Amino acid sequence: MVLGRSFEDMCAQMYYRGKMFGFVHLYNGQEAVSTGFIKLLKQTDFVTSTYRDHVHALSKGVPARQVMAELFGKSTGCCRGQGGSMHMFSAEHGLLGGFAFIGEGIPVAVGAAFTSKYKREVLKEEGDMPVSIAFFGDGTANNGQFFECLNMAQLWKLPVIFVVENNLWAIGMSHYRSTSDPEIWKKGPAFGMASAHVDGMDVLKVREVAKEAVERARRGDGPTLIECETYRFRGHSLADPDELRAPAEKAHYAARDPIVALKKYLLDNEIATEAELKSIEKKIDEVVEDAVEFADASPLPGRSQLLENVFADPKGFGIGPDGRYRCEDPGFTAGTAQV
Amino acid sequence: MLAAFGKNRALVSSLLRGGNGGDGASAAAVWAVSKRFMSASGDSITVREALNSAIDEEMTADSKVFVMGEEVGEYQGAYKVTKGLLQKFGPDRVLDTPITEAGFTGLGVGAAMYGLKPIVEFMTFNFAMQAIDHLINSAAKTNYMSGGTINVPIVFRGPNGAAAGVAAQHSQCFAAWYGQVPGLKVLVPYDAEDARGLMKAAIRDPDPVVFLENELLYGESFPVSKEVLDPSFTLPIGKAKIMREGSDLTIVTFSKMVGYALKAADELAKEGISVEVVNLRSIRPLDRETINASVRKTSRLLCLEEGWPQHGVCAEICASVVEESFYYLDAPVERICGADVPMPYAANLERLAVPQIDDVIRAARRICFRKQDKRKATA
Repeated sequence: MVLGRSFEDMCAQMYYRGKMFGFVHLYNGQEAVSTGFIKLLKQTDFVTSTYRDHVHALSKGVPARQVMAELFGKSTGCCRGQGGSMHMFSAEHGLLGGFAFIGEGIPVAVGAAFTSKYKREVLKEEGDMPVSIAFFGDGTANNGQFFECLNMAQLWKLPVIFVVENNLWAIGMSHYRSTSDPEIWKKGPAFGMASAHVDGMDVLKVREVAKEAVERARRGDGPTLIECETYRFRGHSLADPDELRAPAEKAHYAARDPIVALKKYLLDNEIATEAELKSIEKKIDEVVEDAVEFADASPLPGRSQLLENVFADPKGFGIGPDGRYRCEDPGFTAGTAQV
Repeated sequence: MLAAFGKNRALVSSLLRGGNGGDGASAAAVWAVSKRFMSASGDSITVREALNSAIDEEMTADSKVFVMGEEVGEYQGAYKVTKGLLQKFGPDRVLDTPITEAGFTGLGVGAAMYGLKPIVEFMTFNFAMQAIDHLINSAAKTNYMSGGTINVPIVFRGPNGAAAGVAAQHSQCFAAWYGQVPGLKVLVPYDAEDARGLMKAAIRDPDPVVFLENELLYGESFPVSKEVLDPSFTLPIGKAKIMREGSDLTIVTFSKMVGYALKAADELAKEGISVEVVNLRSIRPLDRETINASVRKTSRLLCLEEGWPQHGVCAEICASVVEESFYYLDAPVERICGADVPMPYAANLERLAVPQIDDVIRAARRICFRKQDKRKATA
């Protein structure tokens, strides 16, 4: 959580210094949700997120250096600078994006869950069933795709977890102004799905609920819908003046800062000392500084990279086992057309 | 044809040696099954049979391939293209989906990102507009956005363009829309050979492919050679085919209009106009080399498509020819497209809204500077 917070604060600094550009959406205040869920996952599990995905990427294991370089638009970023803040992908760490359109990541997460089930049942692969989690916000819970996916996931009992990060605001639209029934977790039982509501500012409570959901999915008992009550301390993005939220509300949630709460818990129950916590924070600061230096020093993508990666295989049929395009292999059919 | 077969013996035996993932024994088994799909009279199959056999063979060869869509299973396919697949492969691999285009298209994209090879059927591509966000933003752009680390080996297929009397919301041609998007491969088969070869190539391809079929062509039979029926038969993506060689005029077209162009060419041949018909087969990548080579040979271009004229496929072909072969042209480039209106329902209006063979013949004469059929002596 501390890494997430320091990283996001550094992002803000870098943005105002002109090193980061475009749309940047910061996650300050919601760290408990990301940490609570993702730290229970393995590298083979999947996460899809929205444009507010920096901390999801970090929690899932993408190195801070790569995320920072991606934000700077450098070629050493996790997507070689071609994705940016809103499109973090990592095949290695099971991060399937990073989507700018809300609701877009939900069917993709359901699809990954479908593949997990298919691999187990049709391809008869062994091992733990990989689970996928879709993170999205309160605004998305009104979108058609969300309901379509709740239906399909429960219908086919897919190992997916729907996590609603309800921070009460969709840019400047209050959740209560846009939703007929504001209790999102109630929408699960309408589809026959297990649901829960949890205090998203408390990482230990989140973890408890998450554990149950992950176990349910891994067992093959189907999806869960979890609504996390949380709050973003900054505006929707760095371009948002954030004028519509009442200062009283902000103060209320600032007092429930998840990092401060966890610190208090650790100190009160003597699980860690002040000194230990300080040294963790110092280490994190070093990691973030190092990430910035790395990103600064990295090269911009070369001109030729503009046209690369549009297709996995621009010539069709894929790459053969010898590493060359199949269509160049004379033994492979070239069709009957005499052109 | 036998002589040609002999010349191609080396090609044929290498085809039979086994395709992508299938060994000799299973290839033979698939061959035996595919014979069932040949119609009784000789080597001629319908486009529907071609598609069905192609999907069947690819699903047999690679267990990561699966089909999903509305009515593809128990109903045997809204247009019967997936007939028999549920019985053969079971409900795990042939999925009947609820009516949730956006949801199940996204689901297919997610499954493809993680390693399966879905074939997503849209009942018609008009319905795909409810899912076009996933087609373009999740499928087409992901390989680029992820810096080449995550590819999406998915096929989106279904009928495209006008059918008969289905009115405005069921008759739009989407070739131009999808053809504009970098990251998609867009295929437009015409006959059974195209359907089989391109479908197999699309399923094996590691990128998202939009496979635009045509409902009125499903039932049409075409003669096919033995090579086409081989389970390893594939066609290259991005290469057009010259259906008929000629020297006076090039007609470039795709899908159902290829049939119209060929019939028009037969008529025009009687008048002494020799027409070369280019079947595009692939909208993206567009085979500019073939188009331009043909125009440089004949010096005249006529593009033909069923879709709307403004910003259509023909616009791109004309631009390409004017840019690259301007000095070879003897006449201005011409386009025949569908009328610039939503498709009307009345049968006579529908006929007027889509190009007909007579329109092609008249335009061809105009481009060749002939006022009328020279054989007719009267004014």
